[in-house]
Amino acid sequence: MNNNCIYGINGPVVTIKGATDFSMMEMVYVGDEKLVGEIIGINSDFTTVQVYEDTTGLKPGDPIVGTGAPMNVLLGPGILNNIFDGIERPLSEIEKTDGAFISRGSQVSALDTEKLWDVTLTVKVGDTLNGGEIYATLPETDIITHKCMVPPLLSGKVTYVAKSGSYKLFDTIVKLEDENGTVHELSLCQKWPIRTPRPVKERLTASIPLITGQRVIDTLFPISKGGTAAIPGGFGTGKTMTQHQLAKWCDADIIVYVGCGERGNEMSQVLQEFSELIDPKHDCPMTYRTTLIANTSNMPVAAREASIYTGITLAEYYRDMGYNVAIMADSTSRWAEALREISGRLEEMPAEEGFPAYLPSRLSEFYERGCRAKVLCGKEGSVTIIGAVSPQGSDFSEPVTQNTKRFTRCFWALDKSLAYARHYPAINWMDSYSEYFSDLDPWFEENLGEEFLEYRKQISALLAEESRLMEIVKLIGADVLPDDQKLVIETAKVIRVGFLQQNAFHKDDTFVPLEKQKLMMKTILHLHKKAKHITNAAIPISRVLETGLFEKLTKIKYDIPNNRLDMFDEYIKEIDEKISQITF
Amino acid sequence: MIINYVGVKEINGSLVVIDGVKGVSFEEIVELQLDNGTKRQGRVVQIDGERIVVQVFEGARALSLNNTKTTLTGKPMEMPLAPEIMGRVLNGAGKPIDGMGDIFPVTKRNINGTPINPVSRIYPRNYINTGISSIDTLMTLIRGQKLPIFSGSGMKHNELAVQIVRQAKISGADSSNFGIVFAAMGVQNDVAQYFKKSFEESGVMDRVVMLLNLSNDPIIERMLTPKCALTVAEYLAFELDMHILVIMTDMTSYAEALREFSSSKGEIPGRKGYPGYLYSDLASMYERAGMIKGSSGSVTQIPILTMPNDDITHPVPDLTGYITEGQIVLDRMLQSQGIYPPVNVLPSLSRLMKDGIGEGYTREDHQGLANQLFASYARVIDARSLASVIGEEELSPIDKKYIEFGRKFENTFVNQGNCENRTIEQSLDLGWKLLSTLPKSELDRVDDKLLDKYYVENEE
Repeated sequence: MNNNCIYGINGPVVTIKGATDFSMMEMVYVGDEKLVGEIIGINSDFTTVQVYEDTTGLKPGDPIVGTGAPMNVLLGPGILNNIFDGIERPLSEIEKTDGAFISRGSQVSALDTEKLWDVTLTVKVGDTLNGGEIYATLPETDIITHKCMVPPLLSGKVTYVAKSGSYKLFDTIVKLEDENGTVHELSLCQKWPIRTPRPVKERLTASIPLITGQRVIDTLFPISKGGTAAIPGGFGTGKTMTQHQLAKWCDADIIVYVGCGERGNEMSQVLQEFSELIDPKHDCPMTYRTTLIANTSNMPVAAREASIYTGITLAEYYRDMGYNVAIMADSTSRWAEALREISGRLEEMPAEEGFPAYLPSRLSEFYERGCRAKVLCGKEGSVTIIGAVSPQGSDFSEPVTQNTKRFTRCFWALDKSLAYARHYPAINWMDSYSEYFSDLDPWFEENLGEEFLEYRKQISALLAEESRLMEIVKLIGADVLPDDQKLVIETAKVIRVGFLQQNAFHKDDTFVPLEKQKLMMKTILHLHKKAKHITNAAIPISRVLETGLFEKLTKIKYDIPNNRLDMFDEYIKEIDEKISQITF
Repeated sequence: MIINYVGVKEINGSLVVIDGVKGVSFEEIVELQLDNGTKRQGRVVQIDGERIVVQVFEGARALSLNNTKTTLTGKPMEMPLAPEIMGRVLNGAGKPIDGMGDIFPVTKRNINGTPINPVSRIYPRNYINTGISSIDTLMTLIRGQKLPIFSGSGMKHNELAVQIVRQAKISGADSSNFGIVFAAMGVQNDVAQYFKKSFEESGVMDRVVMLLNLSNDPIIERMLTPKCALTVAEYLAFELDMHILVIMTDMTSYAEALREFSSSKGEIPGRKGYPGYLYSDLASMYERAGMIKGSSGSVTQIPILTMPNDDITHPVPDLTGYITEGQIVLDRMLQSQGIYPPVNVLPSLSRLMKDGIGEGYTREDHQGLANQLFASYARVIDARSLASVIGEEELSPIDKKYIEFGRKFENTFVNQGNCENRTIEQSLDLGWKLLSTLPKSELDRVDDKLLDKYYVENEE
């Protein structure tokens, strides 16, 4: 075990000559600085290690020490309101020891081991506990109660329970005797390998929407709790902005934000914004329900590959406590490129565009970890995955986008031309889709009434009609269209500018409750219906346009505050009045 | 004990293979001495047991299998640094070539740098006034940002970079500790001279560090140039608290050098033959821009890259765009219309702009005005494509207004003199003046209050 040493080095890939006793995916320490690595290939001649840190200065002959366990993360209180790198090293702790630049081989515990937590024990001696069941709770932040669970694969009888009180992370608070008579000491934390999904009792259907307060998403392309969505878009189309909006406003209990190979300044913006932003539902900083994983593009490539798995494992851990978790992965393309880069170093046979042939299976493994489920402790929890995709050259036919499309059920396509016109969120309503309609419609019907579905249908129909008409307009101009078609174009413009477009910097517009979304649709469609009567009566449409109602509705999103929904009645009344004046 | 390894096993491009080497570390610098006495430096890029692959910076010309002695230096590539580096001219690998002797090092730094901890970053907010309307109003440059210029051969990116340098330096209270690091990678001698002359004329030469790797210099050295430049910039910014603007031209040549190196190493190529790690490699340089806690300095980058065949989806601009915080895109059509700077505003963007403008920084109406100009100009393009089918005469009155707006926008707003320095107020007011071409009802991106305050009715 102790004779393993480096033979060859090529970028982040290190080889060991000869047969070793390492197992596949085992975590190892490389060199004197103890750089973290993982075994990714074994044959009788060579063992291949992927190193998660910069390999400059490593020498042949440097020792490689195994840990006997696969790459895992420490799960326990202290994950929230914290920021980690791709292999769960706490960046603020590293800052204290290393300063502003990250040096290698930092040996810092992932979670604070000294902090005292106020633990309440919920079991007694003699109880039988199964995997995933809760034995203690503690307030992790002001709004989130952390639940200590028996590791999923363990079960047995409680032989010792500590008194409720203050404990540190690794203090034993419960002892459990399994059926073989082995006693396991349980503390406030546990470990779990990042590449293995945590088990659940039963997967449930995706029948509850994740409410995001973003009109184009909630209304036209809704996503369910436990669903999966992809946001593809070239650079500058607002992927990150959309992800930020979702992280800030969606109604999940916990947010895991993975900055995978993205910009450093962007991460510092997230850090700053989230700590300043007050969560309106709980009246405390957003960070209290958020954990960030930051592996910026200049941090080691192998850790970038791991960061996605670290993120989803943390998310699953909180799901197992019965929370609804949403994970934002920005961006999965960077992760796929990390796979490609390492695959290249291993001299594997490349498939499409140099990506390894196992790209689709890795992507599906990841997205399949999102679900709504009955978890082991009997509660219901969910992990919603929202992955950004950065297609090369904005070309959606490239392998990462195409394969992601196969494994996600929501597709929010960001459009360059919309972004150029500063139409945000730049989600193209013709290319995007959601497959959750049939699962979610009962919920919408129950909570917002049947008419919500009807409005949505009409809005989509108008937009589709407009896009068809625009083809003609592009060729011959808008003037030649008959009045009823002109009306479609005018209404669609109101929908586009007044409804789909949403201003993230406006205090009322950044988050819009579903009820207001519904009333907005209602008002716009009401105007459309009334105006249609006019055109049907062969009165020129310009008469309707002169009333200024269309412009007025365009600004409705700013003019009606979220808490004054009664104002919509006035608008409807005004429409009726002004239109009736035209008729008679 | 220093061991000399005699001879090499294999030579391939600028890579040499040496066998039987013991105690070598990855990325270590080695020195090769030829029989005729010349010395060259190289870097260990791959190790397989006792067989190592060395990349020779000056190229493998005149090497043979048995005329060299190789010595290990035991250190990775380091750059000697001192405050006196200001005003010096260095070659691509960081050695002085201005005949003023070596730099007496106060400290030495590994040129690869180490990643900045995201927690230690300060989110950049302080805007830089460049005096160029299109940039200041629509894609504001922020201190600590990396904002590349996407250009093409024959376009005026160099003039634009010089104008930014000349005009940006006077902004803010810290103008005395403003410095420029200029890295030329594979540029023609004339271009390097142009920059040098411009720096001298504007009297900033004593605050410039120039690293020159000209187009006839070895390509392996070119791969070190941006890294050396950024090491200098980080030293000046984070140790000496200066505000450093790094101009790197031309990143496409750098990427091509990387491709050449990668293919001679026998690596599996990715898109267009560029290595799979091009993204990580570019990121390791671009991400060195920023501001950190505990230092008042900043590193701002303006990389310039020429898009082959003006293709923005080419891997180099594409990957760059994914890393940098926006881009300034130059357009050949505008240039041929005689518009300078030929900034195509629609694909251009500054991601950090939204937090560095508005009340307290520039003016309250800045964001709204910028959004409106973008949106209206996008309509202009639609109107123009319609006009090209049915003719301008047939357009609806409102589309005609847009066409007129577009013409004015390009000719008076985007277009500005090489030496014309407009204040931010001038630029914003000019923007509002242009918007008066359009009826007020068309302006849907601006808050009503601001619209009432700033919109001027058309005098005509």
